[in-house]
Amino acid sequence: MGFDVEKEMAAIKAQLEERPGAKKKLSMIVFSGDLDKHIASMIIATGAAAMGMEVVMFYTFWGTAALRDPKKKAGGKNLIEKMFGLMLPRGRNRTKLSKMHMAGAGTAMIRAIMKKKNVASLDEMFEIAGQLGVNIVICEMSMDLMGFKREEMIDYPKLSVGGVATFLAEAGESSIQLFI
Amino acid sequence: MADYETKKTLDYKGLKCPMPIVKISQELPKVGIGDIVEVLTTDPGSLSDFPAWAKTTGNQVVETRQEPGLIKIYVKRLK
Repeated sequence: MGFDVEKEMAAIKAQLEERPGAKKKLSMIVFSGDLDKHIASMIIATGAAAMGMEVVMFYTFWGTAALRDPKKKAGGKNLIEKMFGLMLPRGRNRTKLSKMHMAGAGTAMIRAIMKKKNVASLDEMFEIAGQLGVNIVICEMSMDLMGFKREEMIDYPKLSVGGVATFLAEAGESSIQLFI
Repeated sequence: MADYETKKTLDYKGLKCPMPIVKISQELPKVGIGDIVEVLTTDPGSLSDFPAWAKTTGNQVVETRQEPGLIKIYVKRLK
């Protein structure tokens, strides 16, 4: 009769799976440069990956400084870019608490407590995120604004550079979107 | 309380969120489909996290047992 039920069903199923927000996927913007918010974003990202979700983290504005590798240097910067480079944290382990930083005492204390209570450190969480296939995208414009160069960023398995359209395309098909 | 034939015991004592579910997501695929593993944890959050993880990933928490200072979770691989 020319009507294949199974074929029709497969077509409907494919349509359903392609509708916006249907994917088991998390898209997150990491805007903040605070240590506490970096911890939160990494816990959510690794947790989501463990739940079998595809995860994309977009680092923008103050967040990008956490992706700097303290061991790497980039040349060819103008005066303002050099100033930004000096004033912003050189990597995730130089970030500060959003509250109770207390000239460094509070931040040092929270790091010590995390260690004592066996909470994974940011270093460990980036390592695990890499193992679980979490994607990290660095905002191109933020890097340009702050004068960060690609060659001074961390070594990470799934690291790329992108813009707002990259984020929106990923977020559009995600079931969860977060801004941190 | 039934006793299960567990394929493996995974010791996650002392680990904090999100490590227990990160670890189980890496370890469960190593046993066969239908097999049950025993998880030992001291993280009270695991009591709600394991069922939530199992529901999302299509696996099953067969039972949780609470003993003083220790939680035992039995997870069956379905996928």
